[in-house]
Amino acid sequence: MITKRDVEHIGWLARIKLTEEEKSKFAKRFNSILDYFEILDEVDPDVPPAYNISGLMNVFRADVVRDSMSQDDALGNAPKKEGEFFKGPRVV
Amino acid sequence: MKYKESDGIVIGLEVHVQLNKLNSKLFCGCSPRYHDAEPNTHTCPVCLGLPGALPVLNEDAIVNIIKVALALNCKIEKQTLFYRKNYYYPDLPKGFQISQYDYPIAIGGKIKVNGMGGERHIRIKRVHMEEDPARLVHKGPIESSRYSLIDYNRSGMALIEVVTEPDLRSPKEAREFLNALRNILEYLDVFDDSLDGALRVDANISLAGGARIEVKNISSYKGVEKALLFEIVRQKNLARRGIKITQETRHYDEKRGVTTSLRTKEEEHDYRYFPEPDLVPLGVCNRIDEIRGSLPELPDIRRQRFVQQYEISDYHAKVITSELRLADFFETVASEVDNPLLSATWIADVLKGELNYRGLDITAFPPKHMIQILQMLRSKKITEKSAVQIIRTILDEGGAPPEIVKRKGLLKIEENIIASAVAEVIKENPAAVQDFRNGKNEALHFLMGQVMKKTHGRADPNIVNKLLREKLQCT
Repeated sequence: MITKRDVEHIGWLARIKLTEEEKSKFAKRFNSILDYFEILDEVDPDVPPAYNISGLMNVFRADVVRDSMSQDDALGNAPKKEGEFFKGPRVV
Repeated sequence: MKYKESDGIVIGLEVHVQLNKLNSKLFCGCSPRYHDAEPNTHTCPVCLGLPGALPVLNEDAIVNIIKVALALNCKIEKQTLFYRKNYYYPDLPKGFQISQYDYPIAIGGKIKVNGMGGERHIRIKRVHMEEDPARLVHKGPIESSRYSLIDYNRSGMALIEVVTEPDLRSPKEAREFLNALRNILEYLDVFDDSLDGALRVDANISLAGGARIEVKNISSYKGVEKALLFEIVRQKNLARRGIKITQETRHYDEKRGVTTSLRTKEEEHDYRYFPEPDLVPLGVCNRIDEIRGSLPELPDIRRQRFVQQYEISDYHAKVITSELRLADFFETVASEVDNPLLSATWIADVLKGELNYRGLDITAFPPKHMIQILQMLRSKKITEKSAVQIIRTILDEGGAPPEIVKRKGLLKIEENIIASAVAEVIKENPAAVQDFRNGKNEALHFLMGQVMKKTHGRADPNIVNKLLREKLQCT
């Protein structure tokens, strides 16, 4: 059961500020998602977990350099930048 | 002494080491040689986390981490998985870090260190692979800056995390551990320690009766010892005032040499680890024998060989093998100068000391210079004092030994010149001469010193001693 407090915490983890209204709305939606996942309870618990469904193992590339993007291209999509840097919220 | 055994200090380390000798990053072909580059010039859709970009694993990164794990006596897991560690900081543009969680690449190793009370084994809990986050640049101090600037050049570099069991008992032991680890990584040729940010450490420390404190963001060998010492003093002071230490994460401020509290931090379950669906599982068992066979001689084995093969002391062997390049230097010199003991003494005791004093490493001194100096010493062309002077001159002014000997007039002087200096000294110091004749041996040392002074240290002390005794006894 997801409470409003859980939603607040999840919002904090995603660095999103939620209004009271949104908190109630998301609590309801998260609970309906969890209900949906209950279908999985019908599966035999002894079935080994599937970490990857491709059936592949050991896919590698050789340690070879390829050209990087230009600084202009790299910064081109940045919502905020300052000089040669991306600009983001303060961490910690 | 800021701490003692009864403080009940328990330390565990998480050491992050960049595989900075690879040609490319962990999951993309961008070059990891960004240290002198402009910000954000070594990126691509994969390491910028652009939509639709997919990671593909660098094979040599895996070979390198297996080398490290084997050198740390770890057990390589049959199957290993990558996980997403979800956290929302701008240093990871995808909103998660590709790391490992359950099924790391290796578990259960150990490293030998010189700890409190002799040699100790520090257990390694796990070794895993992850991608390095971007570098954040703060304007002003981290507590007061309002935003961060991000350079994604480092983002996606191959990073190894080595986690110890809480086996370390002092800050000094922690530094010894890091030295031993660095030494092994250097021998394996997977890691260049001179590059900025090549090694970063998070340390967990608790004192008897207190909770565990995690100190993050330690980025140098010396910093580890300093940060831990600071924590011990801080925690002891709190305890003395009756304040209970509660579990928290602290940030190490290298410039100020203090740790500060981080207000809130995710707990492990907040990271919502789950297997990375864009990467397939890894099974590397069939490669282990081949990789083990390719391992170079490691520091401990080389030390033992030096003691056996060259019959040098264990102490000298330890000093010399504590750096790969120093060990190579010694072997080059020892192969030319037919006296390993002499070579070991001059390299470990004299040269290393002079280098340390100047903050230089062995690359500042070409081995051929050492060979020339030791050959002149062996053929008694120069005195030990002059040899030291030549070493200092090379480090301070440059030049080669034969030229320095000429320029500074360091060739050992002839016996007849020493003899006249001895005669003068005896004449000038009647009191000391009398003391010696009355059985005071220290007087001889004084007189020898006077002769050495007169000859500017270029006289062979053995000859001075011989001539002084002869003169003093027959006049």
